[in-house]
Amino acid sequence: MALTMAQVFGEFTEDFSERSEFLVLGFSPSSLPIQLRWKTNGLSADFLGDYVKNFFPVDNSVALNKQTEVRHAVSFVANELLENAMKYSDKSAGQPINLEVHLFKDRLIFLSKNSVHQDAIANFQSFLQEITDGDIGEMYVNQVEKSADNEDSKSSGLGYLTMLMDYDALLGWKFEQISDTSIPVTMVTTMVQLPL
Amino acid sequence: MEVKGDDYRVWYEQLDTIIYCQGSLRLAGTEEYAPIVKILENVIDKTPKKITLNLCQLEFLNSSGINVLSKFVIKVRQKETISIIVQGSESIPWQGKSLKNLQRLMPSLKLEWV
Repeated sequence: MALTMAQVFGEFTEDFSERSEFLVLGFSPSSLPIQLRWKTNGLSADFLGDYVKNFFPVDNSVALNKQTEVRHAVSFVANELLENAMKYSDKSAGQPINLEVHLFKDRLIFLSKNSVHQDAIANFQSFLQEITDGDIGEMYVNQVEKSADNEDSKSSGLGYLTMLMDYDALLGWKFEQISDTSIPVTMVTTMVQLPL
Repeated sequence: MEVKGDDYRVWYEQLDTIIYCQGSLRLAGTEEYAPIVKILENVIDKTPKKITLNLCQLEFLNSSGINVLSKFVIKVRQKETISIIVQGSESIPWQGKSLKNLQRLMPSLKLEWV
């Protein structure tokens, strides 16, 4: 597909030369109503956690802790990425959702790719700018205080903030336009780098 | 008061004023969490002196769930008369990482590792 210039926020690497194992999962967000689709998020996330865990063999109790921690972290990050992709992708764009996990010696890299609604891009990008520049701890408190006052607030960005605060993750986003479709479609790739 | 799903259970033991959350909570946002929020708010409305939130068997919590628990802690704080203890398990990785954030919202909140 023809792509125009990409727009990048945060930490985004294209260098996968040191990668060992990787796994790619694909989903068709429009093929099932989101209520039925939702369960596949947890199933896929747990599968990825168990799969990656396999590369951290256990020979002592320290290794066992590491294995448990990696399995959980993979499951948490994958689940959040899938939930976001399912919630915010533009179902009418007819584009699939992809989730990838890549193993490196010192880190894991997650990629999720999905379409976005044209009219949601500006708000999303200004939130990303805030997350990239701001004090994350302060943002967490502000977001939750704000949503405690406003019952209807839907998106809090808490998944990203949790990854940054509690998992030492690096986050990045790349926006690309697909120009050879009848209506313009914007795809966003979210990258999460998790240190090991 | 109890809410049960395929892989989670949330309930309130009135006698000991303990709220239990167990299993895996990855519901889809505000609407699906509403029955759980209702339990939590009912407990606050009763204004007990002390609330214990027992998470020792809560294996997984998505960010919408983190939002729900965070909001609950803020509402307890706003009452000013309720003290709260959160009981967690260090063998569940997300709890060791994320539960401390609740203390940022309410510094008097006690965190107990059981």
